[in-house]
Amino acid sequence: MNAPAKQVQLSELFKAASARKRRQQRIAFALLRGLTVIVALLLLIIVGYITVKGLPSLSWEFLTGSPKNGMTEGGIFPAIVGTLCLAAGSMIFAFPVGVMAGIYLSEYVSNGPIKQFIRIMTNNLAGVPSVVFGLFGMSLFVNGLDFGSSILAGSLTLAIMVLPVIIRTTEEALKAVDPSHRMASYALGASRWQTTRRVVLPQAMPGILTGFVLAVGRVSGETAPILFTAAAYFLTRLPESIFDQVMALPYHLYVLATSGTDIEKSQPAAFGTAMVLILLVLMMNLLTSLLRNRLNRKAGIK
Amino acid sequence: MKLLRKLAEKLMESLLTLSGAVTTAAVVLIFAYLFREGLGVFSESPVESRVVLAVHGSNPVKQLNADVIRKMYDGQITNWKEAGGSDVEVVPFYQSDITKYFSDSALGPEFANLPQCIGQLIDSMPGIIAAFDTSYTPAKFAGHYVQTDQVSLISFLSGRNWYPTAKPAAQYGALPLLLGSLWVCIAAILIALPLGLAAAIYISEIAQPRVRRILKPMVELLAGIPSVVYGFFGLMVVVPAIQRIFNLEVGETGLAGSVLLAIMALPAIISVSEDALRSTPREMKEASLALGATQWQTIWRVVLPWSSSGIAAAAVLGIGRAVGETMAVLMVTGNAAVIPHSLLEPVRTLPATIAGELGEAAQGGTHSKALFALGCLLFLITLTFNLLVEYLVIRRRRAAGL
Amino acid sequence: MNLHTENKSNQPVSPEKQVKISASQVNLHYGNFHALKGINMKIPEKTVTALIGPSGCGKTTFLRLFNRLNDLIPEVRITGEMFIDGEDIYSKNADVDQLRKNVGMVFQKPNPFPKSIYENVAYGLRVNGITEKGYIADHVEYALKRAFLWDEVKDKLRQSAWKLSGGQQQRLCIARALAIEPSVLLMDEPASALDPVSAARIEELIYSLKDQYTILFVTHNMQQAGRVSDYTAFFYGGELIETGFTKAIFTNPQNPKTQNYLTGRFGQ
Repeated sequence: MNAPAKQVQLSELFKAASARKRRQQRIAFALLRGLTVIVALLLLIIVGYITVKGLPSLSWEFLTGSPKNGMTEGGIFPAIVGTLCLAAGSMIFAFPVGVMAGIYLSEYVSNGPIKQFIRIMTNNLAGVPSVVFGLFGMSLFVNGLDFGSSILAGSLTLAIMVLPVIIRTTEEALKAVDPSHRMASYALGASRWQTTRRVVLPQAMPGILTGFVLAVGRVSGETAPILFTAAAYFLTRLPESIFDQVMALPYHLYVLATSGTDIEKSQPAAFGTAMVLILLVLMMNLLTSLLRNRLNRKAGIK
Repeated sequence: MKLLRKLAEKLMESLLTLSGAVTTAAVVLIFAYLFREGLGVFSESPVESRVVLAVHGSNPVKQLNADVIRKMYDGQITNWKEAGGSDVEVVPFYQSDITKYFSDSALGPEFANLPQCIGQLIDSMPGIIAAFDTSYTPAKFAGHYVQTDQVSLISFLSGRNWYPTAKPAAQYGALPLLLGSLWVCIAAILIALPLGLAAAIYISEIAQPRVRRILKPMVELLAGIPSVVYGFFGLMVVVPAIQRIFNLEVGETGLAGSVLLAIMALPAIISVSEDALRSTPREMKEASLALGATQWQTIWRVVLPWSSSGIAAAAVLGIGRAVGETMAVLMVTGNAAVIPHSLLEPVRTLPATIAGELGEAAQGGTHSKALFALGCLLFLITLTFNLLVEYLVIRRRRAAGL
Repeated sequence: MNLHTENKSNQPVSPEKQVKISASQVNLHYGNFHALKGINMKIPEKTVTALIGPSGCGKTTFLRLFNRLNDLIPEVRITGEMFIDGEDIYSKNADVDQLRKNVGMVFQKPNPFPKSIYENVAYGLRVNGITEKGYIADHVEYALKRAFLWDEVKDKLRQSAWKLSGGQQQRLCIARALAIEPSVLLMDEPASALDPVSAARIEELIYSLKDQYTILFVTHNMQQAGRVSDYTAFFYGGELIETGFTKAIFTNPQNPKTQNYLTGRFGQ
């Protein structure tokens, strides 16, 4: 068994290729790094631009006042209250149901077609465009159930939209709990629900709360689903019941930017509103990373 | 006591099972409500409700489609020959035009004589096409009514004109909107995929852990920014920039929408492709490196082929997200419902049309139903994309033997 | 204990064979964990050396130093010197790709690429810039023959490598390593994931390869080390406890730790 005749050449050939290979890698990595820098820059530019233009608009009056003079002056308090109402309302519906669905998927149903089917449906729901939720909410809640354009209708619409977020994070959080803890609990004669409630849920809590925060962030920023189900163009008074229409931050920004009475003049208010939305997102992200850190520390991961 | 506990246990279990079914129920409900309203459009006449069209008794035309009617009223069709009639000039008449032909006294107090006047007018003008409210139908006139083609699935999908508020007959051709969506999304994915894939490769394969810890939250932040904020940024920065760079009259173009959609699709593309890249077994990469391959060669020849279906899933997911994105696109694309010829023209997408017009459409009217039909179309498109993603992901799991 | 203090132990540098590989005062830290502690070792060319020891003793980590695969793991710190053919492989201007071409590696689990049998073996040549078809074909055939696989696969070279049995896959991986003509072969428990029959074929193969290659292999299996290797190095707790002729180590271990391990007094 002899090596092929040109054996001597092989190492020579390799050497010749070596420089070319390294040059290739240098170019490729530089390109990848450059493109990644562009992605990072995009974020910095967007956040930076809004911050630079929007921060001067932020003031106590802006946050606590009502819009005045055709929304060119005054504040955005009704919109903040409206968004809070919608966020709270949708969470009341979506959080318990979503968490229970997550528990069901992680603890109760075994791997198989049912789980697969539910997962596909959850992903499908997550992929439904936001404006379709708006159509659906209008058709079912506003007209069908006759809630009118209201906090209730908007909250229900947003709740359905945000379910997949809560279900997925809950399921992930529960799956991360050490299986041996469950076994230990069963071995002590605890039932499945007892095990879930006393052993699994407490450990998964930070993860589940991460889902809650993510969901609140998502709900607070959505416009299309509330366009026809809850949002009002302009209101001076605050909502008094769940059947009232409300202003909402994202819709308010849309109005200020595209269809206010004087778009030029309402620009500062628009930037201020965008700033508040960005701050909201930053806050939510900070919260989730805090929760995750806590989760990791608990699990003893550095 | 024990019985009670058992009962509670059972109760809890059924409650959880019920919750597990909630997403399925939601998808089914959305499907049902959307289609119930949307399919309604196909039995409707495109003519305004309670309005009829009539022509002179000598006119042989019995049936017209919405396109011809609109063109007659727009002055694009001036002779009945073009509509299958005899060589007579078209005189479009809408009931509010009556004052041009009759004096106030002839119309009588409170327009009491309006029906007779309309009847007289129809009988006196061979080329007339008259649109009037059924309540003003003349008691007697020698002309006859013209039927209009109903909105059909084919005319809805292939119609090149979207004039939902045209009078007296609206046109619901979704093709320009469909093509608008398609153009904007394809351009968006062409921008986003290279960027997103590059970032995913960099984050998962090349970056130091320290750099990765900075980049990952940035991507998450990008995903968290609400779409109106993107739209607002687009309106303030991207639109003027495009206007200046390409020297256009208006910057609100398909390109502006594509750029924003690309940015918005990035996080989904990055995180899904990163997952796919990470799923490459370490032994595969080490085997390649141990053979003297550079890290780049390993990425190119081992990691990318291994994760190709995951990356495909990322691309499809990105397109799916982009197709459904509403607010940002609505704010920056200019919303002209014409078939786009280039990305530097204003375009209008499916979701932007729904969001932009539903507020003005009368509830339960043909226009509103047509918008629901657009919603059905959108729902089916995104559902297809989602199922494709599922298929790709499952196939990848199988291939990896998981 | 210090194994190259020549006369005292059964130091294996036989006069007729040249030293191929040497390590001096090699330390490896993984974060705060001191994984390898001051390893010194000399390995003559064209021999088979077995690295043995209990799990977590550092033998695999040590093996992966020779083709610098540990470089990929973040937070790894390496000190000391390692030479192959007299060249310091950790010096600043050492060419890692070049090193890895000279040092082939076979992994614990068979890990052929999801490509055809032919492309698996050709991979090393292709990534190293060889494009001439006939040349590649010659080398693929040669490598497959050397790995005792040619007769089994010569009619289905274009078939996916994943369709082969586990033992065939592992021999394919060895062929893949041989195709670029390395002079050193590293094997990380190459037979541990295989059935006994396939494992025996791999052992046979390792034995037959030492006419041309310097082979280091990690194993848990004492009998395997005894059957295949010329030299044995025993690792324990990140230290190289003892090294020497396999026969000598197995029959007359100098260190009580080695003795305990060989007699099964602490876990494999």
